[in-house]
Amino acid sequence: MSLLYASNDWYPVADAACLARGPRKTRLLGTDLEVLGPFDDPVVTDMGGRRFPVQVRYDHLWTTIGDDPRPLFDIPEADEPGRRHVPCGVVRVKCSPLRAVENFLDIAHFPFVHTGILGAEPHTEVATYKAEIREDADEVWATNISFYQPQAAKSAAGGITTRYEYRVPAPTAAVLYKTCPPRPKAMDVIAIFVQPRSETDCDVWPWMALYDDTTGFADLAQFQQEIFLQDRSILENQRPVKLPLDPKLEIPTRADLTSIAYRRWLKRRGAYYGALTDQT
Amino acid sequence: MSDFTLYTYVLSASCYKVRLMAALLGVPYDSVAVNFYPGFEHRSEAMLALNPSGTLPILRAGDLVLTETQAMLGWLATNHDRTGRWYPAADPVLGPQVLQWLGFAARLTGSAGLARLHAILDWPVDGEAVRKAALKDLRELELLLTDRVLAGRTWLVGDHPTIADIACFPHAALSPDAGLEHDGFPAIRNWLYAVRSLPGFVTMPGIHELLELREPADPQ
Repeated sequence: MSLLYASNDWYPVADAACLARGPRKTRLLGTDLEVLGPFDDPVVTDMGGRRFPVQVRYDHLWTTIGDDPRPLFDIPEADEPGRRHVPCGVVRVKCSPLRAVENFLDIAHFPFVHTGILGAEPHTEVATYKAEIREDADEVWATNISFYQPQAAKSAAGGITTRYEYRVPAPTAAVLYKTCPPRPKAMDVIAIFVQPRSETDCDVWPWMALYDDTTGFADLAQFQQEIFLQDRSILENQRPVKLPLDPKLEIPTRADLTSIAYRRWLKRRGAYYGALTDQT
Repeated sequence: MSDFTLYTYVLSASCYKVRLMAALLGVPYDSVAVNFYPGFEHRSEAMLALNPSGTLPILRAGDLVLTETQAMLGWLATNHDRTGRWYPAADPVLGPQVLQWLGFAARLTGSAGLARLHAILDWPVDGEAVRKAALKDLRELELLLTDRVLAGRTWLVGDHPTIADIACFPHAALSPDAGLEHDGFPAIRNWLYAVRSLPGFVTMPGIHELLELREPADPQ
């Protein structure tokens, strides 16, 4: 049931940089796959030679192994002129794909895990914000978030109070809109696209679309990689490994509003792949 | 005024060795971020011209270019530690012991370092083989450190931390990144703790500062 639901979403399985080095052997939802380049005309097959549909979006190659796939979500900002796209490569994490998304949505851990970058003591308070399931779009949104950050982006000259909005357009993807230091009226876009290898093991592809014409690609990608690797050891040690959807299993606080909405939304959809529910 | 330029990658444990040594000795430097991953920029023509072996880090100080991490630690200590304690090269007993550990550190890079790259970035190596090799090296380190503890010592060589400790520290500290936890290595854990408590210690992703050492909160 949960695998059937998950199989009808699209997932990233490669980017241009990794295909340039040769075919990628990988795994998606427990199925071993081979991804063959070139990036603009790729082929994705399983070990039996069955071919799966592909599309190139957001600097990644996406595939689906389901028979009746839902459309890949839209990120309209990806097509806005002037934004620099920064695909940050892939990081493997031994955790539930849903835990990886949930961690990305969490603000409260910034001062403790990303000390001196995304947060700092004593600025640990998460001010009241709004989290909701938007029925029309069938997405989770968190808005009106502001948080003090010593180094909000590579382009930030010092500490600023950053505005945040989160959007969850699919169970294994999350998009973050945050204050763009050089252009206070615009928002930078930072996303994670999660490739579930299994229910407890995933490849995470961070991606950014920024207004920053001065910082080098290496600095931009490493800024994001540093932050993500700070999360990795914590993600690998979360217990239970699968994300509990039953409210009896973990006690949330007010700072966890987005997480509560996300878990409720997953449950409502039956998106149980990587989740711990009373039915699994 | 910076004393050298370091070509570096944020997730590299070898680059971190040099950053850590420079921080502990208070040596200022400039950094150049190299897109090691996902760009493989260290294998670009420009970088290969600087370092034909295609590795990071690279240290440049005037006309001097160093491409071997352990040599960089030696250069830093020789040029910036007036006490001579971080690299007692002239000491007939301690000097060779430091060199012995630098060799071990290079071995750790080939085992634990590769196991970590495989676990994190899906590096194209035999994951099981490098993990096994890493486990063997960690067991050896545990045994040698246990001997030191029984002799009443904290550091790998002598009575003061040396470049040997800094050379071996990052890959040992980061082994949980490859699923090699420290639970079974009490001597390694104590030694990691000692390194992390050095004044001027800096972190990298996966290696945290010792919060326990912070000043206690104001009781008011």
